[in-house]
Amino acid sequence: MGVVFSFLVVLALVGVIYLGAGVAGLKGLFGVVIPYTAFFIFLFGMIYRLISWAKVPVPFRIVTTCGQQKSLRWVKRSRLESPFNNFEVLLRMLLEVFAFRSLFRNLKAELKGGNLYYGSYKWLWLAAIAFHYCFLVILIRHFRFFSYPVPEPIQIIDQIDSFFHIGIPHLYLTDAIILAALTFLFLRRLADPKLRYISLASDYLPLFFIFGLVISGLLMRHFLKVDVTQVKQFTLGLVHFHPVPPKVGVIFYIHIGFLSALMAYFPFSKLVHMLGVFLSPTRNLANNSRAKRHEPAPWWQKPKFKTYCEWQEIYKDKLEEAGLPIDEDCYK
Amino acid sequence: MANVPKPKELLDSIDWTPPEKDWMDDVPPKIERGRFCYPAKPKILEEIGFPNPREWSPLDEDWKLPSNFREIVLEGMKDRLSKYRSFKLFMDICVRCGACADKCHYFLGSGDPKNMPVLRAELMRSIYKGELTWQGKFFGKLAGARKLTEDVIKEWFYYYYQCSECRRCSVFCPYGIDTCEVTMMGRELLHLVGCNINWMLEPVRNCLTVGNHLGIPPHTMKEIIEYLCWDIEEVTGLKIEVPFNKKGAEILFVTPSGDYFAEPGIYTMMGYILLFHYLDLDWTMSTYASEGGNFGLFTSHETMAKINAKIYHEAERLKVKFIIGGECGHMWRVKHQYMETATGPAPKNLEVPKNPITGTVFENAKSTKMIHVCEFTADLIAHGKLKLDPSRNDKYVVTFHDSCNPSRGMGFFEEPRFILKNVCNNFYDMPENTIREKTFCCGSGSGLNTDEFMDMRMRGGLPRANAVQYVRDKHGVNMLACICAIDRAALPTLMNYWVPDVQVCGVHELVANALVFPHEESGERPRTLDMRQQPLNPEEEENV
Repeated sequence: MGVVFSFLVVLALVGVIYLGAGVAGLKGLFGVVIPYTAFFIFLFGMIYRLISWAKVPVPFRIVTTCGQQKSLRWVKRSRLESPFNNFEVLLRMLLEVFAFRSLFRNLKAELKGGNLYYGSYKWLWLAAIAFHYCFLVILIRHFRFFSYPVPEPIQIIDQIDSFFHIGIPHLYLTDAIILAALTFLFLRRLADPKLRYISLASDYLPLFFIFGLVISGLLMRHFLKVDVTQVKQFTLGLVHFHPVPPKVGVIFYIHIGFLSALMAYFPFSKLVHMLGVFLSPTRNLANNSRAKRHEPAPWWQKPKFKTYCEWQEIYKDKLEEAGLPIDEDCYK
Repeated sequence: MANVPKPKELLDSIDWTPPEKDWMDDVPPKIERGRFCYPAKPKILEEIGFPNPREWSPLDEDWKLPSNFREIVLEGMKDRLSKYRSFKLFMDICVRCGACADKCHYFLGSGDPKNMPVLRAELMRSIYKGELTWQGKFFGKLAGARKLTEDVIKEWFYYYYQCSECRRCSVFCPYGIDTCEVTMMGRELLHLVGCNINWMLEPVRNCLTVGNHLGIPPHTMKEIIEYLCWDIEEVTGLKIEVPFNKKGAEILFVTPSGDYFAEPGIYTMMGYILLFHYLDLDWTMSTYASEGGNFGLFTSHETMAKINAKIYHEAERLKVKFIIGGECGHMWRVKHQYMETATGPAPKNLEVPKNPITGTVFENAKSTKMIHVCEFTADLIAHGKLKLDPSRNDKYVVTFHDSCNPSRGMGFFEEPRFILKNVCNNFYDMPENTIREKTFCCGSGSGLNTDEFMDMRMRGGLPRANAVQYVRDKHGVNMLACICAIDRAALPTLMNYWVPDVQVCGVHELVANALVFPHEESGERPRTLDMRQQPLNPEEEENV
């Protein structure tokens, strides 16, 4: 149901843009107003989310330790999996954010002939990392539309990405890889009964937005070629706050439409994991809670409990009978 | 065992394919015997001041919830969302990638899809979205949101008491989402409307009033330990007196009451006593803080702190220098991750733990002033301060079960292994994906080690038992060592069910077997019996 709904949303989106920007010619609305609005929703939405998390305290040091703690001097400890200080935490977080360390650990359980087997299963990691890095490179590549002259690093990335010179204009490797990765990430949700069971409309929708974004981009570059000069004039105009919507094919507005949908949807969806991962208390704290004093959260109150002296009053006779010492200090 | 099928039948019943029906509509859950624990008795709830004490059963149609249960739970949820970043973040950022799905032992053993960690959290997340966020209110089911109903409370109770807070899923989660945190919050919310289990709250009551889970009063505790000393005399010829409530002792020793109450924990207790006697330590136990374990951790953060605070209080009264904690899993999660923040700072009389025999200063416990007995022993062995004869454990082929909490809440892997390799000659680890940070729960953790939960315990314990079976078949392993009192209580039942010829012991039981006292070395009274008073070398015995 979720997958069908999300697909219909995407179709509707394309339909609305086609009618709006194409047939009715509302290029200002679809080219300028909506993208600006979506961008600011994204920007302020993400800041809002970040603040809403950051203002909630972390009362306890609930690190998930995935390696040997620091203890005796001769015990070899794991700095990356059980960080003891903030520098080591930084390293752990870098691995987590840039290499998807935890996902790399993934195993697949199988029950065969009454025995459980746990085989390495890195496909999810591979698809995830391919998708995220390609997305990043594609995003960076797009800065050539927003800068003049185009900075050299972006030109270099562009050249590397189209290194194989397939077709004219050259096919970007990242475009091909991201399509493959997205296809994998989508199909696994349908193919694995467990994943199908847990997947919601909100899991398919962002996948479809990104599919739409990539496919419309590819169409525009390779098949329904649009006038890049006009596009660049427009995008530079966006940066300088006086954009003139370009007179190009509707496919361009569909591309911008998917981007706007994704940006506006971002802060209210699971996509906020992009920022959330940095705040995860099981990963971003040092495993040094016995060595270092950590103040509790402001709301935390020290517990009230039955003191020894109160307890002794109850068991006084029994203590004396059993020859256990009575603490006279309780009566001072 | 009532409610439990035969191992073969249980294995055949496992199917990981979820049903066709959407999980959100699949409420209330079909509550099956053997998969839930009995509710807390009204008297216990009254004594500890928990709301809605009443007689009820999860099998009843009417759970006698307060009429305003919705407001109570939602207020409780809002309150906790503003107090615990973990909770709020984990409600917001899950992408349902499914990496955790087959990491949960209860899912692997039961195939119940709501035991997949992602879905266990989603049970809560759907209410958070549906009741507290506009996206959820507006898009409902499409956003994975639903409303809080009595059926949802039933579902929560069923599944938040089918999670042992082992945190294995959290190791594999790309964002470190920790289902344990979600389960903890789920249980705290359920307490607000009086849905909780007796197996957890009676020990909590006992801990708060008497001093330990089992409610053993001080004079009985002393008696029990004296019995153990007689057994020690039987085995070693040594007359040992355990010091209690001794003011001015150097070390306060705190261990779970399971260690001095039930087999095979008592042999571990005998191990500590023998070790401390061997070293001539200036130590004491307390009859007031007579529990290392802390079922409060499975109840609520406040209860956990209330129970733990007694240890520092007692350490202050007795004016000891530092604290040694016995072998226990969840106890060490509390001592390592919560003690200092929740109940610290440590009293001023405590000093940074320094091993009086080797002079080693335990910098890693500089603030809490509390060390693990395995850290202590490993240090002694490394300095050659213990005369050990590992051949005394030759009848055992040993493997080691990493308990969940010391593994994923502390990073405690090498110390116990170092000890084991020094006190026995035959040690084999289980396959790497089932040990250390990837270790599997005993199936009975977090206060679920009760008889009425047996079906789920045997299912949840399957991954652990299966790995033990592997090393039994490959290396002839016949002894499963562990550093957790719940393990020592639960694993014998599990082994008996899945791998009948494997026994369970604590690490310090094997230390005590191997420890050579001067009078033994001189040949005055050579050791012939182990801590269980069985011959050290059964074959030799037969030949004689």
